[in-house]
Amino acid sequence: MISLSHITKIYKTETIETKALDDVSFEIKKGEFVAIMGPSGSGKSTLMHILGALDLPTSGTYTLDNETVSALSEDELADMRNRKIGFIFQAFNLLPRTTAIKNVMIPMMYAGVPKEERISRAKKYLEMVGLKDRMYHTSNQISGGQQQRVAIARGLAMNPAILLADEPTGNIATAQAEEIMNIFEELNDKGHTIIMITHEPDIAHHAKRIIILRDGKIISDVKNGKRKKLWN
Amino acid sequence: MELREIVTEALSTLTINKLRTGLAVLGIIIGIGSVIALISLGQSSQKSIENQIQSLGSNILTVSPAGQNTGAVRGAGGGGTTLTPEDASALKSATTLTTIARISPEYARRSQVTAGRNNTNTQIIGVEPQYADIRKITVATGAFITDRDVSILSKVAVLGPQAASDLFGDSTELLGQSIRISGQILTVIGVTSSKGGSGFNNPDDAIYVPLSTAQKILFGANNLTSIAVEAKDSGVMTETQNEIGYFLLARHKISDPANADFTIFSQNDILNTVSQVTGTFTTLLGGIAAISLLVGGIGIMNIMLVTVTERTREIGLRKALGAKKRLIITQFLTEAILLTIIGGIVGMALGIIISYILTRVMNMPFTISPFSVILALGVSGGIGILFGWYPAKKAADLLPIEALRYE
Repeated sequence: MISLSHITKIYKTETIETKALDDVSFEIKKGEFVAIMGPSGSGKSTLMHILGALDLPTSGTYTLDNETVSALSEDELADMRNRKIGFIFQAFNLLPRTTAIKNVMIPMMYAGVPKEERISRAKKYLEMVGLKDRMYHTSNQISGGQQQRVAIARGLAMNPAILLADEPTGNIATAQAEEIMNIFEELNDKGHTIIMITHEPDIAHHAKRIIILRDGKIISDVKNGKRKKLWN
Repeated sequence: MELREIVTEALSTLTINKLRTGLAVLGIIIGIGSVIALISLGQSSQKSIENQIQSLGSNILTVSPAGQNTGAVRGAGGGGTTLTPEDASALKSATTLTTIARISPEYARRSQVTAGRNNTNTQIIGVEPQYADIRKITVATGAFITDRDVSILSKVAVLGPQAASDLFGDSTELLGQSIRISGQILTVIGVTSSKGGSGFNNPDDAIYVPLSTAQKILFGANNLTSIAVEAKDSGVMTETQNEIGYFLLARHKISDPANADFTIFSQNDILNTVSQVTGTFTTLLGGIAAISLLVGGIGIMNIMLVTVTERTREIGLRKALGAKKRLIITQFLTEAILLTIIGGIVGMALGIIISYILTRVMNMPFTISPFSVILALGVSGGIGILFGWYPAKKAADLLPIEALRYE
């Protein structure tokens, strides 16, 4: 479903050229749960941004759901992010002082979903992530873990082809991080495709496949059948 | 998204961020309000000056006696007794004076006036009926001095509104009341309308009595303190001035104009000076308007730039969630327009209220020109919308990831 071939990304400043991604190619099939790991500066965030159509590669082709992303216009890209990709950011990125339900409704608003359906779908996904009694709390009134669960509900709202999570547990306490990972596993069991960036091995091991990047290149791509939890 | 939803969404964003909205609206209110208030104040004071000048009359000459010469000492101007009612009659009946329309002989003197327990010191002016026409005085209640009053030496008085309130307070039943001047009791027959003047020769702070009464009953004088001459046209003032001058010199048997025992004073002289002043005023007003527009505009520009630039990350997030560029720009533009409308209406009201209160306090006529309101709303509103739109467009042009990372 996802196919990257020979993706290169070069960042240019006035003096230096940095190769953040260097000829990266891989495929991800529907229903996979992939963790992308690597030290800082390995290019994992850049890869994430390209997968999320938030940034464009310098060269190479990226295909998502049979569409060549690099060939799309700006509006078509916006549409693709809206319908096919659910984002979960490290910093949650909820609208401040805005209720959980309103935050979840935003992608549906941009997709032109009728208002009644937006509300019922937002309620359904908030219930699914266990926030039935926090729907009308604003993002400043709930904990980090709860905010991330709102973000997951928002990511699911358009029933996207892939869920992209960028260090989803980076800003929350360990116990809550565990809850987030349980939600990810459940979603994956229901058939959702999840791609997650992390530098924490404990978190990565919830995934079924682990890709490790170093200096913009893939150095390891292995199955992780056991889903083992290192601290158990 | 349909328009109604965009507006609802913009309103909800504005209400959620009350502080930010409040600051932006405040910036617009101050910008628009100050421009409107300043321009209105400037125009009001210009109008006030013009009114005062017009109330003097533009085709009036005033003949006053020159100072008394006692030996080598020349006394104060206007202090002499060389001007007589006969001079006035002669001017009236002279057939050689072709440019004169009307003549008003006057005898004025300051005196203590009492009414019941109140007393005041004011200008008592002995007049004939045409005084009201020449000096542009209108009667608010009652009547002015008549020819009959002058011929039978009636003990009647017409009060200026200031004198009336000094003597009778807020009482409205003034007609038929008695006042006492120099031991004589006079009956009030009228009150004049306010001319809004101020200072020493305030027509509002004066009491008008028949000329004959003033001279023979109150003050025992035979001379006049001035003769007001109305020319037929403001274009012939110089001619009129010369005609009267030579006529009176001949009557007073003075051959050298340098020794004249009277002076002729023309409103034209003031008028010339004043038209220069109002010209300066108009330029000054333009300057004030330009500066306040600039200051208000920069204020609005700053607050809009800051509040919208601060939201670059939000724009990145909205793009990541699938908002198209045009929609984001529309949304921010809608917010800016709403802010400008709210701020514009409140600012306009505030500007009008401030200038209304200030003109009342400073006793000036309240004027508000639609042009200044349109100018303030147009320029400030335009700046508000432009600088609400421009940073939003700049942010929407970025790749979503660049906007999301914006610090």
